[in-house]
Amino acid sequence: MSAPELETELRNRFEPGANEPLIFELGHPGRANAYFPNGRAIEEFLPASALRPDLPLPDNSELEVVRHYTRLSQRNFSIDTGFYPLGSCTMKYNPRVNDAMANLPGFRDLHPFAPDELAQGALAVMYDLERYLASIFGMAQFSLNPAAGAHAELAALLIAKAYFTKRGEGAKRTTVIVPDTAHGTNPASAAMVGYKVVSLRSDARGRVSVEDIKAVVGDDTAVCMMTNPNTLGLFEDHIVEIAEAVHAAGGLMYYDGANANALMGNARPGDMGFDLMHLNTHKTFSIPHGGGGAGHGPVGVAAHLVEYLPTPVVVKEGERYALEFDRPLSIGPMRSFWSNFAHAVRGLTYIRANGGDGLTKVSQLAVLNANYVRVKVREFLETPFDEICRHEFVASAQELKRETGVRALDIAKALLDHGFHAPTMYFPLLVPECLMIEPTETESKETLDAFVAALRAIVEQAKSDPETVLAAPVTTVVGRVDETRAARNPDLRWSPPA
Amino acid sequence: MLSDVGVSSLDELLRVPDAIALKEPLAVPPGLPEIELQRTMGAYAARNDATKYTSFLGAGAYRHYIPPVVPAIAMRGEFLTAYTPYQAEVSQGYLQAIYEWQSYICVLTGLELANASVYDGATALAEAAIMAVNATGRRAILVSPAVHPNYRAVLKTYARGLDLTVDELPFPWGLGTGAEGTTDFSALEAQLADERYAAVVAQSPNFFGCIDVPAAAARAAIERTGTVLIGVVAEAMSLGVLSPPGEWGAHIAVGEAQSFGNPVAYGGPYVGFIAANKEHMRRIPGRLVGRTVDGSGKLAYTLTLQAREQHIRREKATSNICTNQAHCALCATIYLAAVGASGLRRCATLNVERAHALAERVTRVPGFSRRFVSPVFNELAIRVPQGTTAKAVLAALQEREILGGVELGRWYPQLADSILMTATELTTDAEIETLATALGSIAKEPHVVRA
Repeated sequence: MSAPELETELRNRFEPGANEPLIFELGHPGRANAYFPNGRAIEEFLPASALRPDLPLPDNSELEVVRHYTRLSQRNFSIDTGFYPLGSCTMKYNPRVNDAMANLPGFRDLHPFAPDELAQGALAVMYDLERYLASIFGMAQFSLNPAAGAHAELAALLIAKAYFTKRGEGAKRTTVIVPDTAHGTNPASAAMVGYKVVSLRSDARGRVSVEDIKAVVGDDTAVCMMTNPNTLGLFEDHIVEIAEAVHAAGGLMYYDGANANALMGNARPGDMGFDLMHLNTHKTFSIPHGGGGAGHGPVGVAAHLVEYLPTPVVVKEGERYALEFDRPLSIGPMRSFWSNFAHAVRGLTYIRANGGDGLTKVSQLAVLNANYVRVKVREFLETPFDEICRHEFVASAQELKRETGVRALDIAKALLDHGFHAPTMYFPLLVPECLMIEPTETESKETLDAFVAALRAIVEQAKSDPETVLAAPVTTVVGRVDETRAARNPDLRWSPPA
Repeated sequence: MLSDVGVSSLDELLRVPDAIALKEPLAVPPGLPEIELQRTMGAYAARNDATKYTSFLGAGAYRHYIPPVVPAIAMRGEFLTAYTPYQAEVSQGYLQAIYEWQSYICVLTGLELANASVYDGATALAEAAIMAVNATGRRAILVSPAVHPNYRAVLKTYARGLDLTVDELPFPWGLGTGAEGTTDFSALEAQLADERYAAVVAQSPNFFGCIDVPAAAARAAIERTGTVLIGVVAEAMSLGVLSPPGEWGAHIAVGEAQSFGNPVAYGGPYVGFIAANKEHMRRIPGRLVGRTVDGSGKLAYTLTLQAREQHIRREKATSNICTNQAHCALCATIYLAAVGASGLRRCATLNVERAHALAERVTRVPGFSRRFVSPVFNELAIRVPQGTTAKAVLAALQEREILGGVELGRWYPQLADSILMTATELTTDAEIETLATALGSIAKEPHVVRA
């Protein structure tokens, strides 16, 4: 290595905030780790025509691998490193005991094709979790088959389609009603089942009105998809009348469980009139988000839809548990195997740790924390729906933007410099310059006060020195990323040298 | 805090209409302190005796060696408790790791681009079929019966949603032993002639373990008719040595990467991949990480081409997928980095060697034979002696604390006499000997033979 090369190498490795090389740029041939015994060559077993010509990937010493991915881990914000008030994402503490239980060899090493009689513990985990979820949310039965929330939405809409087809109404029921406060997955899931989406505007109270629902429901309505509390953090207080209107027209009510953290021990979707629902166990039940998955999305149904649940379903006959596949009206399986089982273990661990009273307290404190932040934030930012919220609320930077040019995006980026993750921005779409804040129940008053103080400081700085806010973030390993360039000249992979 | 909010009680904050107020407390037992919690959950884990048995189970979920470095690094809280990397500036590490995953998948599959993962192998296939439908405007899919039965079932679930047709290719089952165990692509030209099919789906190694790729004539028919060839790889370990889908003509490769550093965990979470040629870039579902620069020109990573996605496009998105399998993909990436090219090739070779040792030993037991003769990767269909069934043999093995494999009759009535047996680098000679000895004695037991 020449002196200038060495200097570059050292700078790349050790300068604070330096780029971390790709793993492909670190390896050298001959640095293989001794994981596997030596043996015969592949050519002794298979014809050359079946073999790949080459495998142009590096070998890396284990130490280099450890350092590389440890350095990458340090270039991330996470719940473990700071407050993460990302609205509708429920970034609560993920207790480590959940992971320890999921990693017990009796769970971790269990093969999905193990005979039922040798997997009774795993089946009992799935059965018990399902029963608890059914009682907490007032549904007749859940299936743990879908892999994530959006996947469960798809399952629910497939159930609706199968149900209407069975009733001879498949051709006529072609639309799904989706309020403008709904998550983007709702209309996208509807499209994957061929449904036409009818968007519904929220009323002046930030809610779906009974009159508006009555104006759009009809005999073409298949499903009305709602979340409650909605993404403004507001409880849909006319939910019973809305459900009655949809049912009167022959449609089904679907509950998007993304906001279920506000509801445990307080009210149940089943009692509100919902026929179908999903949960994001990775939100409400403290399963780690893992940087965007794996998730866990149980789908629940009322009694008249149980036969349509995806397969397999865990059944209990006497003291024996079994996977049931033979269900003629089922929509079929949604994924390769039965469930994101390790997450079912985590979810059950969380439920047993908290108990019924604890889960009730979880939702109460989530709502208290959100309201505490709300009343502090409204001292310096608009809160367009100024009333008691549930687990989250929205603030708007519209006025601030008019005054100073500082947008919601800029506030979000400036928060990163204060050591806080940004809230969800520009969602829901009906609130301009929206910041959607969900603190969760696991944060202390001190953390909430520090967050409010940082937000206040940013708003004040926007008024006195907007340029500084517009330049944020400056303490992160990179500044604002050029997303336009990323989309115009997609560079999506490393390629081996020719 | 209540007084700050201006209320006197939590109940005041959580008021709901009387009609839906909860009538009784939740039917969940009281919370447990952590020591008792561990006992309770440990009792569930202790009731999964299958984990103590000698196992030859595979069929889409594979027990492989996981170097301890994989969970040690992947379980760092900075990875585990991050959300989807929407805020690129504070997610550079995860974004780079996913960019590395995409790169690994491209090299391994021999295709030009790959997404940040999907739920699993089966959903990867369903999403790829939708890509092909959108690319061609055609509404039927032609699938080999040797594609994993669970994948085909999931494809049908998705197809019912979009009113797509799923048809099957012919497969010469043969009688007894001696059939090739590979898909019959010979009539493909005629089947594709009316340009009705959006995609042809082939899996290699197929569900019976056999290497099963379309021959040149079939590939030519696929190209000529503008049909998309979807190559399925349900055992990603095979990519360490076998010719990848990109080499055998696939335009889209999908599969399951659980084998790379993720435990079998009773079926999930696993990690599906979708790789494709560049022409499909704007149709690929899920997240894509791209490399770009920040305001000062410094290299940076970000989620990109988000105009395909549900949070931007809502009902016009390419898919509804939101959460994917980032953490499982991270485990796979760390695994691939740790084993390196040499380790991956060695491990894959050991799988082939172990499967051959298994085949050789089991077929020396009188009455047991290979159902199909084509070369295999790490699993194979074994035919049981005449007069008994795979089900009866497996039950008798289970009494001896051996899980002999998967009963093929579960999906294929014509294979009720066959067991799909799997060997990996973890399968020892002693385990194979135990199995073979047991099979030898079982074959002589009247109640099994009559079954």
